[in-house]
Order: sequence, then structure tokens, then C-alpha cells
Amino acid sequence: MADDTKTLQQADVQTGEVMERRSAANKVFKPRADIFETADAIVVVADMPGVDESSVDITLEKNILTIEGRVEPGHPEGYRLSHREYEVGNYSRAFALSDEVSREGIEATVKGGVLRLTLPKAGPARARKIPVQGE
Amino acid sequence: MIWQDLGNPWNPWQELNKLQEDLNRAFSGARTANVHDYPPINVWANEESAVCTAEIPGVDPADIEVSVVHDTVTVKGTRRPEELQEGERYHRRERGFGDFTRTLRLPFVVAQKDVAARVSKGVLQIVLPRAEEDRPKRIAVQLA
Repeated sequence: MADDTKTLQQADVQTGEVMERRSAANKVFKPRADIFETADAIVVVADMPGVDESSVDITLEKNILTIEGRVEPGHPEGYRLSHREYEVGNYSRAFALSDEVSREGIEATVKGGVLRLTLPKAGPARARKIPVQGE
Repeated sequence: MIWQDLGNPWNPWQELNKLQEDLNRAFSGARTANVHDYPPINVWANEESAVCTAEIPGVDPADIEVSVVHDTVTVKGTRRPEELQEGERYHRRERGFGDFTRTLRLPFVVAQKDVAARVSKGVLQIVLPRAEEDRPKRIAVQLA
């Protein structure tokens, strides 16, 4: 088994535990994520409160897997904010995939503000047999 | 209830931060940094009620308990860890889990029976109406 960093590296495109970047009016946060490996898949679990299946985007470009989530600011009407411990914003995070992860059959679900991505492992690299022809 | 000098307009929300700190200190023992208290809670308010929202992704609604006593709201819950099968292993672990309790004191008495709490997309929302008997009353002044 390849070592951790090789299997699924976090792309160092973004830095900081909670990345904050201004984009238009909304802040962008880097969701906290767990990554674990099962017998036949790599599973990424990311906390994205405020996101559901219709507001999450997952893109795979070359070997960079990007997860993005849009959150409606949605403050209760007729109220004003009087105490704030967290900020609401969108989410974005990128991971670099190794060749061990199959590009096909990636599954994603969102439940209770948690995104769960299942990335099937690619089968063992098939040794290509090169027939040697006799004279 | 008298909050500050009566010379100022009634603005109890300024008190909330301080009260929050006091309560956290009282309930959490050695911990002082209340920034790390879980879950983070925002409070929205108007004259008649308050709305508390908390980010609790991945917490089963059945594992959350909201209780209200007078002007104090307590949110208790458990965030369960992922149960890995044998042979499975973590590469990266950033999400926390475990039991949590937050207590928040509002500047008014809450109408207990009208409190509503729901969870949507991993965000808990608690609506806390102010008790009728706690609302300001207009008192007619009569000529002597």
C-alpha cells in the first residue's frame, strides 16, 4: 500500500486551517475533512453545514479533486444579529489524487451538512503482456 | 428586571457576551478560551423573541437535546465518530467528535412551551419567544 501522502495528497493550493478568501460578498471556508481508506475505496468526509446535495459541486480536473459548497446567508427575517460565534460562507477545498484512485465511479452524498465522497481504488495495474513473436 | 442604568435605552444584548463568558467559565472548569466551545452559536434577536443557530454537521437530531429554564438555553448532544471496520485506517482526521454542552443566557425569560427547534442541513435553529409576562407593558399615566 502506498503511503498516506502518496495516496491522497492535499493540494497545497490553499493554506491555513480555515481559509478565508473574499469572493464577491461571501467568505470562503475550507471545510474540515476526514479521510480514511477501506479495502476498496478512499472515503473523504467533510463538514459543510448549510450545504445540501443541490448546492455542492465536485469537479475532477486532471488529478485535482475540488469540492465546493454554496451556502445561503439566510438570516432570520425581522431579527438582527446580536451575538456571533461563527460566520456563514461558502466552502472550497482541493485534494490531489494519486493514480491509485479510479477516475470512474466516484460517489458523493450529502447528509446533515456532511459531504461524503467515495473514491474507488483503481484495480491493480494490469501488467500488459507483450507477446514475443518467434522467428 | 433592571439591567444597567435606566438612563440608557434598554439594550441587554451588549450584556450577552459577558454573560456567555461567565457561564462558560462556570460550566467548563479550566477552559477559558470560549472560541473553541462547540458548537458555535449565533444569536438573532428582536423585541419579542430570539433565534439561536448552531452549526452541528453530522449530528443526528435524535442525539440533540434542547432545554430551556427561565432565561437559560442549554444545547446538549453527541457527535458520533465514524466507525471504521477492521483494516480501515485514517489518513487524515480533522473533524472532532464527542459529547458537547453549550449554555446561553438570554436577556429575557423564555416562553418555554413555545420554543421550537429544528435541524436542517447540519444547522440547528432554536426559536425562543419571550414570555408574555416578561414583555414590557405600557402603563397608562393618569392625571391626579
